[in-house]
This record gives sequence, structure tokens and C-alpha cells, in this order.
Amino acid sequence: MVFHYFGKYILLLQAVFRKPEKYSIYKNEIFREMVSIGLGSLGIISIISVFIGAVTTVQTAFQLTSDLIPKSIIGGITRDSTILELSPTICSLVLAGKVGSSIASQIGTMRVTEQIDALEIMGINAPGYLILPKLLGGIIMIPMLVIVAIALSITGGYLAGTASGAVSAAEFIQGLTTDFIPFTLAVAMIKALVFAFIITTVSAYQGYYTDGGAIEVGNSSTKAVVISCIAILISDYVIAQLLL
Amino acid sequence: MIEVKDIFKKFGDNEVLKGITADFKPGVTTLIIGSSGSGKTTLMKNMVGLHEPNGGKVFYDGRDFTSMDTKERIDIRKEIGMLFQGSALFDSMTVEKNIRFPLDMFTDQGIGEKTDRVNDVLERVNLAGKNKLFPAELSGGMMKRVGIARAIAMRPKYLFCDEPNSGLDPKSSIMIDELVSEITNEYEITTVIVTHDMNSVMGIGEHILFLHQGQKWWEGSKDEITSTDNKELNEFVFATQLMETLLKKK
Repeated sequence: MVFHYFGKYILLLQAVFRKPEKYSIYKNEIFREMVSIGLGSLGIISIISVFIGAVTTVQTAFQLTSDLIPKSIIGGITRDSTILELSPTICSLVLAGKVGSSIASQIGTMRVTEQIDALEIMGINAPGYLILPKLLGGIIMIPMLVIVAIALSITGGYLAGTASGAVSAAEFIQGLTTDFIPFTLAVAMIKALVFAFIITTVSAYQGYYTDGGAIEVGNSSTKAVVISCIAILISDYVIAQLLL
Repeated sequence: MIEVKDIFKKFGDNEVLKGITADFKPGVTTLIIGSSGSGKTTLMKNMVGLHEPNGGKVFYDGRDFTSMDTKERIDIRKEIGMLFQGSALFDSMTVEKNIRFPLDMFTDQGIGEKTDRVNDVLERVNLAGKNKLFPAELSGGMMKRVGIARAIAMRPKYLFCDEPNSGLDPKSSIMIDELVSEITNEYEITTVIVTHDMNSVMGIGEHILFLHQGQKWWEGSKDEITSTDNKELNEFVFATQLMETLLKKK
């Protein structure tokens, strides 16, 4: 059964990457999706990121009870956990909820109201027209959101650490700049790209194969979020194993 | 001309179409009628390729649609216009963008030329000046008319209408029927309408196919439909007292 669905997913992707009918129309759609996915999610990602950084700093400081460990390590731990795990993964899980459910319900509604049939009757490659702009919009904007999230998390950590007196500004910055491995940023970007692909394509698949009415659209949206989240967590582990 | 030859369609164990053969001529409005579950919409969806038949062939002017690859089918579909039961207008687009959409996708016309075409078809469906409205701002009848305008924007050779009168009041229903019939005669289009509305049958039914349990049960014109001794067809036609009363008045 799993192979049946996976096969359908691969066939859908194959249709998504078919040659577009007219590049200019697809280009406009991609920009529209970039605005929707990127700018539309900036607010929630910013709020979450600041608090993730702040909580990471405060909790790390709480656990460092030994005087033998320098306080600057708090900056280092905040930096690494933010870059490697918290920003790409937590942000993607949130985006799976926000962007994924929106994609699934949008495409699902188009399916049950015969708008997808209308596209096909016109001779338009419906998967390409509906999904490719979302996919490209997602894989361009989600890594950018992750970069913003990393910056804001570290800023949030800095503010919380210094405001609570858990770590001084100089110590935090020293921790941030000591033993930095640039490759961790590459890992974060690879994760963001993979997660973006998962969020957009899994959600689009769920929406595209919606069958029924309003209740089924809701079910597709829920399934899109659940399956995307599970796939994100599994691929997070695989990427960590392979790259670190 | 569209030729359907021995079409079979199954969904699981449920055989919905059982070997239907029919011809649909240009410039003629053909109505496919039958009770719910008789296979009307399934037949239409098999004809346009939204469903794949389990057996049989569909020919568009001699071209075997069922054996075509994706690219060849796209070329045929550019010659097809379809009005869906729920109109299927793109709700994120204005009326103008809905109608212009196939022109944007498949033609290299300038914006002026495309706008002129949009205005022409809007005028044809009596909706001139409604370009900037969104589908949510339209009544059911207006949505159907925009659906027709979009379907004829590319000057199709074949027009399919799935339950064009459903959810409409009698006046709007007659208006849609007349519009489709006029367009069919005007542009010599091969028009296929799926309906169970007897008003449409008696109004514009030049050629009628009656489906029963997935089979072509009867074929004829509106003049012949009331004089046939086909039991199932009579049960369908005279399901309400209205038809009987109308015929007695005649």
C-alpha cells in the first residue's frame, strides 16, 4: 500500500517537472508563491525564532552549574543548536503547518470544485501549473526564512542571556565566535532545502488527490501536515547521520 | 464530429458504461439524458479524457483520442471547451482573467487583442462590462455564462456541458440552453450536453441519447421522445406530471 502511494507521488512529481506551457506565466506564479510563502511566514518565523534562541540560552545557562565551565560556552551552544537543529527543523515544522495546510487545502478545493479538471480540459499540465511554482517558491524562500531564523534566534539568545544576567555580552559574543565551523551552516541550508521540498510536494500531493467535498479537503490538509512533519523528522535524522 | 465506439468503464467491480457507441455531429446539440447513476457524466468524462475507458475508442474528426500520448491529447484539448456543473471558474481570478487564461497560455496575441476577444465573448453571453468582478460576486447563472464565455474563448470545435442548468432558476436555465444552442449553430460546434432537465430536452434537444444502466437505451430527437414506446424512457420523461400536462395542452 505504501508503495502504491509512493508510486503515485513519484508520477505526480514527474508531471510537475514537465515542460511549462508558457514560462512567463509560470514566472509570475513563482513570484506570487515566493511572496505568499516567504513574506507570509516571516512574522510567525520571527517570533518563534527569537523565543527559541532566548529559551535555549536561559536553559543552557541553568544547566551549567560548574564553575569550571566558562560562561562563553552558552553562546557556542546557542549558536550550534540554533544553526544545526532548532532553526531549520522547528521552522520547517511550523511551516509544514502554515504553508503545507494552505497548499493542500488550496489545491484540494480546486480539485473538488473541478477547477483542476478545467485546467486539464484546456490542455494545461495541471500538476506543473499548480505545484511547480509552489515548489520553487518554497525551495527559494524557506532557506531564506531559515537564515533569518538563525539570525533572530542568536539575537534572542543574546538579549535573554544578557538581560537575565546569565551571561555577559562579551562572554556570549566570545562563545559565538569561538570554534565556529562554517559547514554547520551548509548542513542547515541542505536541511532547509530538503524540508522545503517535502513540505510543498507532500502537501500538494495530498491536495491533488483529494476526492469528495469540504470534509475531505480538511482531511487532506490535516494529512499533509502530519505526513510532512513525520517526513521532516525522518529526513532530519538521515541528513544528520550522513553529513555530521 | 465525435465518434464513440463501444466504450466500457468500470470502477472496481461496478461496470458503469457497458459498450456505448454513438456519433455526435457538428452544428448539432446532442443531449445525453438518463436518471442518476446511468453513466451520463462518466461517458462525457471518458470522451474528454478525464477518465480512461477500460475498452473502446473515442475519435475526434477521425483522430483516435484514446490512443494518443499526452502531447497529442493536449493539441486536441485546445479544440475543446467545457462548461462544468459548478462552472469551475478560478476563484482567485477576475472574470476577465478567467476568460483570458487559455489565451494567455496558448496564444501569442497582444494584450489588446486578448482583451478584445474577452469583451467579444462577454458580450456574446450578455455579460458585457463584468470584466473586473470575481466569481464570488456573480450569481449562479452569471457564473455559468462566464463558464461558457471561457469555454468558447479559444473558438473550440467541440463543446461539452455537464449539467449546465443545475441549480438555476427556470428563466436562467432557458437562457443558458438557448445560448449554448445558438453558439452551436453559429460556430458549427459539436456540442454535447449532459442533463436530466426535460425542459432542456424539449427546448434544444436536436439529438438525444438516453442512457439506462450504462447502456445506450434510446436515440432520437425531441419530436420522437414523447411518442416512443420505450418503457424506461417513458418512465424517465414522464416522471413528473408536468410533461404529461404539457403534452395534453398541446
